[in-house]
Amino acid sequence: MSVLAEINGSIETLGYGLSAIGPGIGVGIVFAAYIQATARQPESAGLTRTYLFLGFALSEALALIGFVVPFILN
Amino acid sequence: MSATILAANCPPDDPGFCSPTVNEFFPKPLTEFSLLGVDFEITRITVISWLATAAILAFFVLSVRRPQLVPRKLQWMGEAAYSFVRDGIAREVIGREGLRFAPYLAAVFFFIVANNVMGIIPFAQISPNAKIALPAVLAGVTYLLFNWVGIRSQGVGPYFKGIAFPPGVPKAMYVLITPIEIASTLIFRPLTLAIRLFANMFAGHLLLVIFALGTVYLLQVGNFSIIFAPVSFVMAIIMTFFELLVQILQAYVFTVLTATYLAGALEEAH
Repeated sequence: MSVLAEINGSIETLGYGLSAIGPGIGVGIVFAAYIQATARQPESAGLTRTYLFLGFALSEALALIGFVVPFILN
Repeated sequence: MSATILAANCPPDDPGFCSPTVNEFFPKPLTEFSLLGVDFEITRITVISWLATAAILAFFVLSVRRPQLVPRKLQWMGEAAYSFVRDGIAREVIGREGLRFAPYLAAVFFFIVANNVMGIIPFAQISPNAKIALPAVLAGVTYLLFNWVGIRSQGVGPYFKGIAFPPGVPKAMYVLITPIEIASTLIFRPLTLAIRLFANMFAGHLLLVIFALGTVYLLQVGNFSIIFAPVSFVMAIIMTFFELLVQILQAYVFTVLTATYLAGALEEAH
Protein backbone atom coordinates (compact mmCIF):
# COMPACT_ATOMS: atom_id res chain seq x y z
CA MET A 1 0.00 0.00 0.00
CA SER A 2 1.45 3.35 -0.97
CA VAL A 3 1.22 6.29 1.40
CA LEU A 4 -0.71 9.14 -0.17
CA ALA A 5 -0.57 11.63 2.69
CA GLU A 6 1.20 11.81 6.01
CA ILE A 7 0.95 14.11 8.99
CA ASN A 8 3.82 14.59 11.41
CA GLY A 9 4.33 16.65 14.53
CA SER A 10 1.73 17.44 17.17
CA ILE A 11 -1.36 15.83 15.72
CA GLU A 12 -3.26 16.38 19.00
CA THR A 13 -3.66 20.06 18.11
CA LEU A 14 -5.77 18.91 15.14
CA GLY A 15 -7.89 16.86 17.54
CA TYR A 16 -8.50 19.90 19.68
CA GLY A 17 -9.49 21.92 16.61
CA LEU A 18 -11.98 19.25 15.58
CA SER A 19 -13.41 18.98 19.09
CA ALA A 20 -13.89 22.75 19.27
CA ILE A 21 -16.20 22.94 16.22
CA GLY A 22 -19.27 21.40 17.86
CA PRO A 23 -19.05 23.30 21.16
CA GLY A 24 -18.39 26.53 19.22
CA ILE A 25 -21.66 26.15 17.35
CA GLY A 26 -23.44 24.95 20.49
CA VAL A 27 -22.34 27.85 22.68
CA GLY A 28 -23.36 30.25 19.91
CA ILE A 29 -26.83 28.73 19.73
CA VAL A 30 -27.21 28.85 23.53
CA PHE A 31 -26.39 32.55 23.76
CA ALA A 32 -28.41 33.41 20.65
CA ALA A 33 -31.46 31.71 22.15
CA TYR A 34 -30.96 33.54 25.44
CA ILE A 35 -30.69 36.93 23.73
CA GLN A 36 -33.75 36.19 21.63
CA ALA A 37 -35.75 35.07 24.66
CA THR A 38 -34.71 38.17 26.62
CA ALA A 39 -35.55 40.49 23.72
CA ARG A 40 -39.02 38.97 23.38
CA GLN A 41 -39.72 38.77 27.09
CA PRO A 42 -37.36 41.00 29.11
CA GLU A 43 -38.88 39.90 32.44
CA SER A 44 -37.77 36.32 31.81
CA ALA A 45 -34.05 37.23 31.84
CA GLY A 46 -33.53 36.10 35.44
CA LEU A 47 -35.63 33.00 34.98
CA THR A 48 -33.66 31.67 32.00
CA ARG A 49 -30.19 32.72 33.20
CA THR A 50 -29.73 29.43 35.08
CA TYR A 51 -30.44 27.47 31.92
CA LEU A 52 -28.12 29.77 29.96
CA PHE A 53 -25.17 28.84 32.16
CA LEU A 54 -26.21 25.19 32.22
CA GLY A 55 -26.38 24.97 28.43
CA PHE A 56 -23.15 26.92 28.07
CA ALA A 57 -21.29 24.68 30.52
CA LEU A 58 -22.63 21.45 29.06
CA SER A 59 -21.63 22.29 25.49
CA GLU A 60 -18.31 23.83 26.48
CA ALA A 61 -17.32 20.65 28.35
CA LEU A 62 -16.78 18.77 25.08
CA ALA A 63 -14.13 21.22 23.87
CA LEU A 64 -12.38 21.03 27.22
CA ILE A 65 -12.34 17.24 27.15
CA GLY A 66 -10.83 17.47 23.67
CA PHE A 67 -8.19 19.78 25.13
CA VAL A 68 -7.30 17.50 28.06
CA VAL A 69 -7.28 14.10 26.32
CA PRO A 70 -4.00 14.64 24.36
CA PHE A 71 -2.23 15.51 27.63
CA ILE A 72 -3.56 12.34 29.26
CA LEU A 73 -2.62 10.12 26.31
CA ASN A 74 0.91 11.51 26.04
CA MET B 1 8.81 29.21 39.50
CA SER B 2 7.31 27.61 36.39
CA ALA B 3 10.19 28.72 34.19
CA THR B 4 12.72 26.86 36.31
CA ILE B 5 10.64 23.68 36.31
CA LEU B 6 10.09 23.86 32.58
CA ALA B 7 13.71 24.53 31.78
CA ALA B 8 14.46 21.06 33.10
CA ASN B 9 12.01 19.51 30.62
CA CYS B 10 13.71 21.08 27.64
CA PRO B 11 16.90 19.73 26.06
CA PRO B 12 19.63 22.20 27.09
CA ASP B 13 20.92 22.80 23.56
CA ASP B 14 17.44 23.31 22.04
CA PRO B 15 17.06 26.96 21.06
CA GLY B 16 13.32 26.64 20.34
CA PHE B 17 10.39 27.54 22.54
CA CYS B 18 9.73 24.97 25.28
CA SER B 19 5.98 24.72 25.68
CA PRO B 20 4.66 23.84 29.15
CA THR B 21 3.83 20.18 29.78
CA VAL B 22 1.80 18.22 32.27
CA ASN B 23 4.83 18.21 34.60
CA GLU B 24 3.69 21.72 35.50
CA PHE B 25 1.05 20.06 37.68
CA PHE B 26 3.43 17.73 39.52
CA PRO B 27 5.71 19.98 41.58
CA LYS B 28 8.39 18.55 43.84
CA PRO B 29 6.89 17.41 47.17
CA LEU B 30 7.81 19.61 50.11
CA THR B 31 7.58 16.65 52.43
CA GLU B 32 6.35 13.09 52.14
CA PHE B 33 5.32 10.45 54.61
CA SER B 34 3.69 7.06 54.69
CA LEU B 35 0.61 6.29 56.77
CA LEU B 36 -0.88 2.79 56.97
CA GLY B 37 0.87 1.82 53.76
CA VAL B 38 -0.41 4.83 51.82
CA ASP B 39 2.14 7.33 50.55
CA PHE B 40 1.29 10.99 51.06
CA GLU B 41 3.04 13.86 49.34
CA ILE B 42 2.63 17.42 50.55
CA THR B 43 3.28 19.62 47.51
CA ARG B 44 2.83 23.36 47.15
CA ILE B 45 -0.58 22.66 45.58
CA THR B 46 -1.67 20.94 48.80
CA VAL B 47 -0.51 23.95 50.81
CA ILE B 48 -2.40 26.30 48.44
CA SER B 49 -5.55 24.26 49.00
CA TRP B 50 -5.12 24.55 52.79
CA LEU B 51 -4.61 28.31 52.52
CA ALA B 52 -7.70 28.76 50.34
CA THR B 53 -9.82 26.70 52.72
CA ALA B 54 -8.50 28.58 55.74
CA ALA B 55 -9.18 31.93 54.05
CA ILE B 56 -12.79 31.14 53.19
CA LEU B 57 -13.39 29.66 56.67
CA ALA B 58 -11.91 32.75 58.33
CA PHE B 59 -14.06 35.03 56.17
CA PHE B 60 -17.34 33.36 57.14
CA VAL B 61 -16.42 32.83 60.82
CA LEU B 62 -15.38 36.47 61.21
CA SER B 63 -18.45 37.75 59.38
CA VAL B 64 -20.89 36.09 61.81
CA ARG B 65 -18.82 36.14 65.00
CA ARG B 66 -20.66 39.07 66.55
CA PRO B 67 -23.94 39.32 64.60
CA GLN B 68 -25.80 42.59 64.95
CA LEU B 69 -29.31 43.60 63.96
CA VAL B 70 -27.89 46.35 61.76
CA PRO B 71 -25.00 44.54 60.03
CA ARG B 72 -21.53 46.05 59.80
CA LYS B 73 -19.55 45.87 56.58
CA LEU B 74 -18.05 42.38 57.08
CA GLN B 75 -21.30 40.85 58.33
CA TRP B 76 -23.14 42.39 55.40
CA MET B 77 -20.65 40.83 52.96
CA GLY B 78 -20.99 37.40 54.56
CA GLU B 79 -24.77 37.57 54.52
CA ALA B 80 -24.89 38.80 50.94
CA ALA B 81 -22.57 35.98 49.87
CA TYR B 82 -24.64 33.32 51.62
CA SER B 83 -27.98 34.68 50.43
CA PHE B 84 -26.70 34.70 46.84
CA VAL B 85 -26.48 30.91 47.00
CA ARG B 86 -29.53 30.46 49.22
CA ASP B 87 -31.93 32.60 47.17
CA GLY B 88 -30.18 32.65 43.81
CA ILE B 89 -29.46 28.94 43.51
CA ALA B 90 -31.18 26.82 46.19
CA ARG B 91 -34.58 28.55 46.11
CA GLU B 92 -34.47 29.36 42.41
CA VAL B 93 -33.54 25.88 41.14
CA ILE B 94 -35.03 23.49 43.72
CA GLY B 95 -37.81 25.58 45.21
CA ARG B 96 -38.95 25.84 48.84
CA GLU B 97 -37.62 22.34 49.56
CA GLY B 98 -34.19 23.52 48.46
CA LEU B 99 -33.58 25.68 51.51
CA ARG B 100 -32.61 22.48 53.37
CA PHE B 101 -29.68 22.10 50.97
CA ALA B 102 -28.61 25.75 51.00
CA PRO B 103 -25.77 25.11 53.52
CA TYR B 104 -24.32 22.32 51.39
CA LEU B 105 -24.62 24.33 48.18
CA ALA B 106 -23.07 27.41 49.78
CA ALA B 107 -20.20 25.33 51.19
CA VAL B 108 -19.51 23.76 47.79
CA PHE B 109 -19.76 27.09 45.97
CA PHE B 110 -17.43 29.05 48.23
CA PHE B 111 -14.97 26.20 48.63
CA ILE B 112 -14.65 25.95 44.84
CA VAL B 113 -14.46 29.73 44.42
CA ALA B 114 -11.69 30.01 47.02
CA ASN B 115 -9.70 27.17 45.48
CA ASN B 116 -10.23 28.35 41.89
CA VAL B 117 -9.26 31.96 42.53
CA MET B 118 -5.90 30.70 43.84
CA GLY B 119 -5.13 30.18 40.14
CA ILE B 120 -4.57 33.93 39.66
CA ILE B 121 -3.37 34.97 43.14
CA PRO B 122 0.30 36.00 42.79
CA PHE B 123 2.83 33.44 44.12
CA ALA B 124 0.17 30.73 44.34
CA GLN B 125 -0.74 30.88 40.62
CA ILE B 126 -2.17 27.39 40.41
CA SER B 127 -5.61 26.19 41.37
CA PRO B 128 -5.79 22.98 43.45
CA ASN B 129 -8.78 22.15 41.24
CA ALA B 130 -6.37 21.85 38.31
CA LYS B 131 -5.57 18.38 39.65
CA ILE B 132 -8.37 15.85 39.24
CA ALA B 133 -8.32 14.78 42.93
CA LEU B 134 -10.24 17.69 44.42
CA PRO B 135 -13.00 17.94 41.75
CA ALA B 136 -13.36 14.14 41.89
CA VAL B 137 -13.99 14.21 45.64
CA LEU B 138 -16.47 17.09 45.31
CA ALA B 139 -18.33 15.35 42.48
CA GLY B 140 -18.33 12.11 44.51
CA VAL B 141 -19.91 13.83 47.51
CA THR B 142 -22.58 15.38 45.27
CA TYR B 143 -23.21 11.98 43.64
CA LEU B 144 -23.70 10.26 47.00
CA LEU B 145 -25.89 13.12 48.25
CA PHE B 146 -28.33 13.25 45.35
CA ASN B 147 -28.70 9.48 45.23
CA TRP B 148 -29.23 9.35 49.00
CA VAL B 149 -31.80 12.17 48.83
CA GLY B 150 -33.60 10.41 45.98
CA ILE B 151 -33.73 7.09 47.85
CA ARG B 152 -34.86 8.81 51.05
CA SER B 153 -37.61 10.88 49.46
CA GLN B 154 -38.96 8.35 46.94
CA GLY B 155 -37.83 4.94 48.18
CA VAL B 156 -35.26 2.66 46.55
CA GLY B 157 -37.62 1.04 44.01
CA PRO B 158 -39.45 4.12 42.72
CA TYR B 159 -36.23 6.17 42.60
CA PHE B 160 -34.31 3.76 40.38
CA LYS B 161 -37.46 2.99 38.38
CA GLY B 162 -37.86 6.72 37.75
CA ILE B 163 -34.29 6.88 36.46
CA ALA B 164 -34.49 3.80 34.24
CA PHE B 165 -38.05 4.25 32.97
CA PRO B 166 -38.90 7.95 32.75
CA PRO B 167 -42.69 8.35 32.55
CA GLY B 168 -44.54 9.66 29.52
CA VAL B 169 -42.52 7.70 26.95
CA PRO B 170 -43.99 5.16 24.50
CA LYS B 171 -43.27 1.58 25.69
CA ALA B 172 -41.21 0.63 22.63
CA MET B 173 -38.85 3.55 23.14
CA TYR B 174 -37.62 2.12 26.46
CA VAL B 175 -35.28 -0.16 24.50
CA LEU B 176 -33.38 2.97 23.50
CA ILE B 177 -34.04 5.26 26.43
CA THR B 178 -33.34 3.01 29.43
CA PRO B 179 -29.62 2.39 28.75
CA ILE B 180 -29.06 6.05 27.90
CA GLU B 181 -30.84 7.30 31.02
CA ILE B 182 -29.07 4.86 33.36
CA ALA B 183 -25.67 5.73 31.90
CA SER B 184 -26.27 9.47 31.90
CA THR B 185 -27.67 9.67 35.44
CA LEU B 186 -25.51 7.17 37.28
CA ILE B 187 -22.23 7.30 35.34
CA PHE B 188 -21.87 10.48 33.29
CA ARG B 189 -23.28 12.94 35.82
CA PRO B 190 -20.45 12.59 38.37
CA LEU B 191 -17.84 12.13 35.63
CA THR B 192 -18.73 15.29 33.72
CA LEU B 193 -19.14 17.25 36.96
CA ALA B 194 -15.56 16.43 37.97
CA ILE B 195 -14.00 16.68 34.50
CA ARG B 196 -15.63 20.03 33.67
CA LEU B 197 -14.19 21.76 36.73
CA PHE B 198 -10.82 20.03 36.41
CA ALA B 199 -10.44 20.70 32.67
CA ASN B 200 -11.36 24.37 33.01
CA MET B 201 -8.76 24.99 35.69
CA PHE B 202 -6.17 22.85 33.88
CA ALA B 203 -6.69 24.67 30.57
CA GLY B 204 -6.73 28.06 32.26
CA HIS B 205 -3.46 27.44 34.05
CA LEU B 206 -1.73 26.24 30.87
CA LEU B 207 -3.05 29.28 28.99
CA LEU B 208 -1.54 31.67 31.53
CA VAL B 209 1.75 29.75 31.58
CA ILE B 210 1.96 29.80 27.77
CA PHE B 211 1.65 33.59 27.61
CA ALA B 212 3.96 34.21 30.56
CA LEU B 213 6.65 31.91 29.16
CA GLY B 214 6.07 33.32 25.68
CA THR B 215 6.86 36.82 26.97
CA VAL B 216 10.11 35.61 28.55
CA TYR B 217 11.09 33.64 25.44
CA LEU B 218 10.42 36.53 23.05
CA LEU B 219 12.50 38.85 25.23
CA GLN B 220 15.41 36.39 25.34
CA VAL B 221 15.45 35.13 21.76
CA GLY B 222 17.55 38.08 20.69
CA ASN B 223 16.23 39.18 17.30
CA PHE B 224 13.43 41.41 15.98
CA SER B 225 10.75 39.27 17.67
CA ILE B 226 11.36 41.24 20.87
CA ILE B 227 8.70 43.68 19.58
CA PHE B 228 6.08 40.95 20.05
CA ALA B 229 6.90 40.42 23.72
CA PRO B 230 4.57 43.22 24.92
CA VAL B 231 1.71 41.61 22.96
CA SER B 232 2.23 38.32 24.78
CA PHE B 233 2.49 40.16 28.10
CA VAL B 234 -0.75 42.09 27.54
CA MET B 235 -2.48 38.84 26.57
CA ALA B 236 -1.29 37.28 29.85
CA ILE B 237 -2.86 40.17 31.77
CA ILE B 238 -6.13 40.00 29.80
CA MET B 239 -6.29 36.22 30.22
CA THR B 240 -5.80 36.62 33.98
CA PHE B 241 -9.01 38.63 34.18
CA PHE B 242 -10.75 36.21 31.82
CA GLU B 243 -9.65 33.40 34.15
CA LEU B 244 -11.27 35.15 37.12
CA LEU B 245 -14.55 35.13 35.18
CA VAL B 246 -14.15 31.45 34.27
CA GLN B 247 -13.24 30.46 37.83
CA ILE B 248 -16.33 32.03 39.37
CA LEU B 249 -18.53 30.81 36.49
CA GLN B 250 -17.34 27.22 36.92
CA ALA B 251 -18.04 27.32 40.67
CA TYR B 252 -21.52 28.62 39.83
CA VAL B 253 -22.07 25.93 37.19
CA PHE B 254 -20.96 23.17 39.59
CA THR B 255 -23.37 24.43 42.25
CA VAL B 256 -26.29 24.90 39.85
CA LEU B 257 -25.79 21.40 38.44
CA THR B 258 -25.67 19.97 41.97
CA ALA B 259 -28.93 21.80 42.74
CA THR B 260 -30.50 20.53 39.50
CA TYR B 261 -29.58 16.93 40.32
CA LEU B 262 -31.00 17.36 43.85
CA ALA B 263 -34.21 18.81 42.39
CA GLY B 264 -34.48 15.81 40.07
CA ALA B 265 -33.97 13.41 42.98
CA LEU B 266 -36.61 15.16 45.12
CA GLU B 267 -39.20 15.15 42.34
CA GLU B 268 -41.79 12.42 42.67
CA ALA B 269 -41.99 10.18 39.63
CA HIS B 270 -45.38 10.68 38.01
